[in-house]
Amino acid sequence: MKEFTYEIKDPMGLHARPAGLLVKAAAKFASTVTIAAPSGKADAKRIMAVMRLAAKQGNVLTVTCEGADEDQAAEALQAFMAENL
Amino acid sequence: MKQGSGLPVFPGVAIGKVVVYQKAKRREAVSSGDAAVEQAKFDAACETAKEQLSRLYEKAKAELGEEQAAIVEVQMLMLDDLDYLEAVADEIANGAAAATAAAECGESMALVFAALDDEYMKARCADIRDVSQRVAGILSGADDFKLPDGSFLLAAEDLAPSETIQLPRDRILAFVTQGGSSSSHTAILARTLNIPSLVQSDIDLQDAAQCEVLAVDGFTGNWYMDPDAETLAMLTKKQAEAAADREALEVYRGKKSITKSGKQILLCANIGCPEDAEAAVAGDAEGIGLMRSEFLYLGRDSLPSEDELFEAYKKVAEIMGERPVVIRTLDIGADKQVDYMDLDKEENPALGLRGLRICLTRVDEIFRPQLRAIYRASAYGNLNVMFPMVASVWELQEAKALCKQIREELEAEGIPTKDVPIGVMIETPAAAVLAHELAKEAAFFSVGTNDLTQYTLAVDRQNAKLGRFYDPYHPALMALLAHIAKSANEAGIWAGICGELGADPKLTETFVRMGFSELSMAPGRILGTRKIVCESEE
Repeated sequence: MKEFTYEIKDPMGLHARPAGLLVKAAAKFASTVTIAAPSGKADAKRIMAVMRLAAKQGNVLTVTCEGADEDQAAEALQAFMAENL
Repeated sequence: MKQGSGLPVFPGVAIGKVVVYQKAKRREAVSSGDAAVEQAKFDAACETAKEQLSRLYEKAKAELGEEQAAIVEVQMLMLDDLDYLEAVADEIANGAAAATAAAECGESMALVFAALDDEYMKARCADIRDVSQRVAGILSGADDFKLPDGSFLLAAEDLAPSETIQLPRDRILAFVTQGGSSSSHTAILARTLNIPSLVQSDIDLQDAAQCEVLAVDGFTGNWYMDPDAETLAMLTKKQAEAAADREALEVYRGKKSITKSGKQILLCANIGCPEDAEAAVAGDAEGIGLMRSEFLYLGRDSLPSEDELFEAYKKVAEIMGERPVVIRTLDIGADKQVDYMDLDKEENPALGLRGLRICLTRVDEIFRPQLRAIYRASAYGNLNVMFPMVASVWELQEAKALCKQIREELEAEGIPTKDVPIGVMIETPAAAVLAHELAKEAAFFSVGTNDLTQYTLAVDRQNAKLGRFYDPYHPALMALLAHIAKSANEAGIWAGICGELGADPKLTETFVRMGFSELSMAPGRILGTRKIVCESEE
């Protein structure tokens, strides 16, 4: 299991567009990817669930990757967040 | 120029382009009964929706930029969302039609977003609805019938209530139908919208589809295809005169309706859906005397949820504010049928399982959500409820007991409610004869003259051939009306009239004399009726 945290810097928060991109990025890996936000947990491959987190600027997300390619997944998603959120 | 005639249902003149209504291939979603088939249809519709959206995406990107186009991209992702797909698959496995499952699962997901404490995410519920409705639309072929831009006259063989409610009402200048009658639903809608319309007309739909301009004279009942200059000039003049007459009634706007001897009459509007309440306000209605709930149930493929009903009632309550609103509970059956309720085909639907009878038979499924919605909405305005098709005192007592129970439940749940006066719609001869007994249990009466006439005279109001036997001035009917008003007055409750007769200028004074204190009618008739009331000696 791989885990990292990320604080949202985008003033819009985890809104529809980055949520869509995040889901696409997570879908590339076989591992299960879970995002925990203050409002709850979501499967990162399900757009509705991710959007429903309604995560805002300043919220800390905990991303957990679990599976055969968990190392690559965690690395890629960390880079994705730094760039897009 | 071709011309012909029909039975006019609302005075006025309309001139414009014509659209011939074609029935969509399939309005109501019906499951094939095979879950695998429905699932395959759903999957195919999702692919079609994605193709449509990707074209839309390219267009939006080119015209509005990438940021704006991203919202379309998110809609496309929703069609890959496992929560949505799994919910749809579950419903289909449980026997739902693909279109029903697509719309319902989208709706429940939209409601989750609507409840989020985040304005941005809340607004996304529109995207979810949009995309699930797109899929449902593809499945039910709802986009078969294309309407032009701008306003138009609508020619049709006949229009079912579920069809009329899907039309863009603000763009229709007139209806011209081959079937129907002056009390059919197209006629009722025409009166609500104040548009001149003809039923039982001899219009040829193929000719209508060819003609450039159609004109309808709602005073004489004549229609003209591509009218010549002389006819056009005559109609235009008439149209201007009608507008001037309407203008002259404007002095009655905002006035109370009081007779010369000082009797005050409440002039209210009949409406079918929340949007009509705006028309009621525009018509200067002093309240809503009849809100027909069934239109919330028609033109869809499943029962409306308690929340949907609540939103609709709440909207009306809020629009009307202090003014009273009388909600009639569901009166389905008879001439208004919906497939998803699985009602038996009846030999004699007017005497069948309809109105309150259905509600008292299917309490948990139909009546309870409706009453809960009404009580929840009561906190937002001045709501009254009335039950249709009552024939016996026990029916009213049973419904009242249920109301009491539901209000207590809501209070226990911490949901605010207000007192909702409970009345009876008098439309069976039994209820009219027993008015003095019902008056002990009811807070008010409102007479549905259309049904009361058909039941009293044993004349089918849908049967065009019975025209002259359907006599709303029949002495038997007048005797019942007088008894109803007298019984109400003796018991100290109010009585009103909400059928077509409520707006009949020849009867306004008679009703006042009998003791009716409320008349409810199409919004466009209110100012004219107020003039009659104010000029009355009664």
